[in-house]
Amino acid sequence: MNGYPATWKRPPQIFTHRGWRIGLQTGFAVWLVLALATLDPNWARIVEGWERGLRFAGGFLQPDFTSRWSDISKGLVESLTMTLTSTVAGIVISVPIGVGAARNIAPRAVYLVCRSIIALSRALQEIIIAIFFVAMFGFGPFAGFLTLSFATIGFLSKLLAEDIEDIDEAQAEAIRATGASWLQMINYAIQPQVMPRLIGLSLYRLDINFRESAVIGIVGAGGIGATLNTAIDRYEYDSAGAILLLIIALVMVTEYGSSYLRKFLQ
Amino acid sequence: MTDASHRDTWRRHTQRQGLTIWLAWLGLVALTVWCWQIMTRDTIWFFVTDAPTQAADIGSRMWPPRLSYLPELLWPLWDTLNMATLGTMLGILMAVPVAFLAARNTTPSALVLRPAALFVIVASRSINSLIWALLLVAIMGPGLLAGVIAIGLRSVGFIGKLLYEAIEEVDSVPVEAVIATGAGRAQVLDYAIVPQVLPAFWGISVFRWDINIRESAILGLVGAGGLGLKLQSSLNVLAWPQVTMILLVILATVVVSEWVSARVRKAII
Repeated sequence: MNGYPATWKRPPQIFTHRGWRIGLQTGFAVWLVLALATLDPNWARIVEGWERGLRFAGGFLQPDFTSRWSDISKGLVESLTMTLTSTVAGIVISVPIGVGAARNIAPRAVYLVCRSIIALSRALQEIIIAIFFVAMFGFGPFAGFLTLSFATIGFLSKLLAEDIEDIDEAQAEAIRATGASWLQMINYAIQPQVMPRLIGLSLYRLDINFRESAVIGIVGAGGIGATLNTAIDRYEYDSAGAILLLIIALVMVTEYGSSYLRKFLQ
Repeated sequence: MTDASHRDTWRRHTQRQGLTIWLAWLGLVALTVWCWQIMTRDTIWFFVTDAPTQAADIGSRMWPPRLSYLPELLWPLWDTLNMATLGTMLGILMAVPVAFLAARNTTPSALVLRPAALFVIVASRSINSLIWALLLVAIMGPGLLAGVIAIGLRSVGFIGKLLYEAIEEVDSVPVEAVIATGAGRAQVLDYAIVPQVLPAFWGISVFRWDINIRESAILGLVGAGGLGLKLQSSLNVLAWPQVTMILLVILATVVVSEWVSARVRKAII
């Protein structure tokens, strides 16, 4: 008779010891029970809200663009202008910081300063930065512009610096060998290598900034988010549905537009 | 005698290309200036020039952080972590079928279900979790559950997009081998496709979990529980030392979760 098993079971890959697996599974089960217990849903409130949810779904299917159009268009214009200006300002500031944060071309002291600026900008979420800028600069799109510019710096400088650190050193070496100054080296050896990626990242950030501009309005930094917040607070779900559909449509347009532009430019 | 088309200095672009590039830059600058003017039409410049004073004022109020507030934050912190983790799990549950429907090589109908799945992904991705939370709090009342669902709904698009791209990139040789044994569709998925995308799946999930920890920390601003709720109530009473303390806790959580996620992803990939 054969002693081979008739069925095959995939052996465990990561935790090969049986005790570890049982321990992890029980731990997970205990945590899941505890975590679900903290949810504490208020069923009466949810049942009551069900009808509201249906009304919202109805608002999504029959969006009302007209009755609040002046508010919606004002919010959209604020969002769009904020997006473009903050992306441009963010790029203008983040290019020198990105160059300074590249280890292979910047002196040590400059490198550390630039890296800490990047870390600071990346550590805080847009919404928290927006709260502070609104407290300092007052309500409106100007605070939103500053928030998005600040957030752009962390994103763009970090990726630009990493890209500069990854360049082909031979070209920089060749330009240096001609007796070029530091600025000429940046212009002729590094810029051509990182430019396509910089353009791609900028367009990608434009896309992100538009999405974020729809959010920071909730804390008073202007844009379509403020309009949406008001619409939801007033339970005007048909207007809220219209705004959400507009956001989705615009995000789709910016996303496809930016990916098309990226392909076209590269 | 020199050739007329030959110049002493080297130029990268022809004159025409140079002109086009210059015009494109000019257009961009003009558009930016125009947008800037529209945007700042209603700006009250007094507040802007006054900002350094305000910043110094808030800064002096914020420091030092109120350490005695820390014990009160432990429970919201636990809530925030649960909200992020449960939300990620909910997102995964919804995203896996959507990803298989959206991937070109596994979708049952490329005409109807694939565009529908892609629309779900785009819609979920374009709406931030804060907006989802705003809606859900209005519908089902404040609380952790609204936050969990908001995190889940936002995660669907992210996980779904990355997962369906991973599914489309699987190696077709194992798939053909399994088909050649006479396996059905479900068996092909189970034995040829799932093992190939599993590492990517865990990597994506942990990455999203890390992002969700960041997001769930602020969802309380619109009433979805956790640390953000404490932040909102401290901001409302202008208790700046407490705000600093909360921000420090959020920062520490984010750093730890980023470290965990980086370690796990390194171990998997």
